Amino acid sequence: MTFSECFGMAWKNIMSSKMRSLLTMLGIIIGVTAVIVIMGMGNGMENYMRESFQELGTNNMTVTLIGRGNSYTQMSYEELQEIVEENPDDFDLISPTVTMTGTVKIGSETMDATSVTGVGEDYFEIKSLHIAQGRGIQYVDELKRTYVCVIGSYLNNTMFNGNGIGETLKIDGREFTVVGVLEEKADSEEGGSDDVIYVPYSTASRLSFTGMMSTYILTIVSEDRASESKTVMENALYNYYKDDDSYMVSATAEALETMTSMLNVVITVLAVIAGISLVVGGIGIMNIMLVSVTERTREIGIRKALGSKEKYILMQFVTESALTSALGGIIGILLGYLLSAAVTEAITQLMEADITVSPDLGSVLLAFSISAGIGVFFGYMPAKKAAQMNPIDALRYD
Amino acid sequence: MAQETIIEFRDVSKVYHMGDSIIRAADHVNFTVKKGEFVAIVGQSGSGKSTCMNIIGCLDVPSEGEYLLQGKNVGEMDRDELAEIRNEMLGFIFQQYNLLPKLNLLENVEVPLMYAGVPKEERRERAAAALEKVGLGNKMKHLPTQLSGGQQQRVSIARALAGSPSVILADEPTGALDSRTGREVLRMLQQVHREGNTVVLITHDNGIAATAQRVIRLDDGHIVYDGPVTDPNAFVQPKIYTEEVAQ
Repeated sequence: MTFSECFGMAWKNIMSSKMRSLLTMLGIIIGVTAVIVIMGMGNGMENYMRESFQELGTNNMTVTLIGRGNSYTQMSYEELQEIVEENPDDFDLISPTVTMTGTVKIGSETMDATSVTGVGEDYFEIKSLHIAQGRGIQYVDELKRTYVCVIGSYLNNTMFNGNGIGETLKIDGREFTVVGVLEEKADSEEGGSDDVIYVPYSTASRLSFTGMMSTYILTIVSEDRASESKTVMENALYNYYKDDDSYMVSATAEALETMTSMLNVVITVLAVIAGISLVVGGIGIMNIMLVSVTERTREIGIRKALGSKEKYILMQFVTESALTSALGGIIGILLGYLLSAAVTEAITQLMEADITVSPDLGSVLLAFSISAGIGVFFGYMPAKKAAQMNPIDALRYD
Repeated sequence: MAQETIIEFRDVSKVYHMGDSIIRAADHVNFTVKKGEFVAIVGQSGSGKSTCMNIIGCLDVPSEGEYLLQGKNVGEMDRDELAEIRNEMLGFIFQQYNLLPKLNLLENVEVPLMYAGVPKEERRERAAAALEKVGLGNKMKHLPTQLSGGQQQRVSIARALAGSPSVILADEPTGALDSRTGREVLRMLQQVHREGNTVVLITHDNGIAATAQRVIRLDDGHIVYDGPVTDPNAFVQPKIYTEEVAQ
């Protein structure tokens, strides 16, 4: 008896009682569907997170200096720049960021939602912001603490009718000249990432009366080395402060990595829980196969009398069980894809977030081979029982 | 006539253990069947004829003694070897026909050929030829349940013949049939015998045994008569359990 004959026999038997076969498969179908949708959701969320982080800049690192107790020693911008220059494999660009809280007035209008930040000349490159018109903040602006600013596209469009260069605006009563306009980044909404003003950090720190800068943004050379680069920075800072509460370093890539691995843990746990239904489905198949073996005792007796060896009976029942389970797996995969599409649609409709539930080929193949494997595993015991039947008793069975 | 010996029972005994008691279903049985014979093994229920048929059919092995089928000692074989012997050398005809209900007639007849490893094309041809022979060539695609009992039994004769076995073993082949179709089946068996096949017929019915050439009568695990069907002693009941019935 060849395998294809065995397969044909199994197919025939499954098809001869469709309803029963379908019910037998149900556990596997549900399990595989659940695993595929959950894995797909995991992929979707990971992609969504990655995209969100990419907007922030995955190669960014933020250093916040808190200082040590009362002794007001603080690392200077120059000293940090030295650290950056000493580690060219880890760091590339650096810029201070000074957040200002002053009121912004354009003409007679007060802008409440606009954010004002003091930055260095490399800030725009670090954040991948592109100058659409005019120029950015330059070194000479920092040195001379000039009152110039770069504005976001929202302000340029709504307040200056697209011709902001050369115009002036007031921050805390001080007049600033607009020297550059940024390209539109988001959707030009009030309070969004296009409703911004950038001024030289030195000017900003003088206006905010702190005289000290405490937050810096850097680019790291390689995202893959994010953790190592972070450690390099932390070590350098520790050498200065001798106290690890005096500073904070965070790398976007590392944060993404941490979140991704947390998400993966959650998804794995969910997939394992869904996988339990595969085991339950397997037990269901075993149960039906045991019933089927008993029902077909006479058939087994006839086949044995006509010269079937034990291995053929074993093969016949294992094939039938594996085929049932694998068919369940295929149906589950199809349902999984359908449900993934439906869930994607639902998320888009309800949450306005772009999470695409996309099962990857790996998890599909895994789900399929697990379901086929379950069929073999749970089919073996009933098949063995069938194969070892005594032909005389089996023939007499009613 | 130096005919080849097909079946040889040498002091065959079969012992069953039922709880504490030991039952000797066959007790030192000796006989031989030669190629081309038509033998009926007759006996009441409990006479040991079923045990003998199981042993002849290689469904069971003797507890003691030797059973040689075409010179091969069946008692020493394992289950898979027995399956192979059944497949190659024996053609079974059962009282309940024992066709596989989900397979059509052609596929039913093909089953033993499939286990013998006959290629699909040849299998199909041989099965079709066997069905033609029993007069069911026009119903090959029918399912067994669409046939009458007599027709089903003819399918099982076709199935038994398809593998060209050394022995055709018929166990109460007319037991489930009315007398007219029963006679048809028996005529077909005689025809099978005339074509040179060795036929062993197991029955409790003297009338059916009379279609054979030779009768082996069993009682209580012993052979009480072994001879031609024409001998007047062939159908004498050896023992009547009057005393036990009276109690």
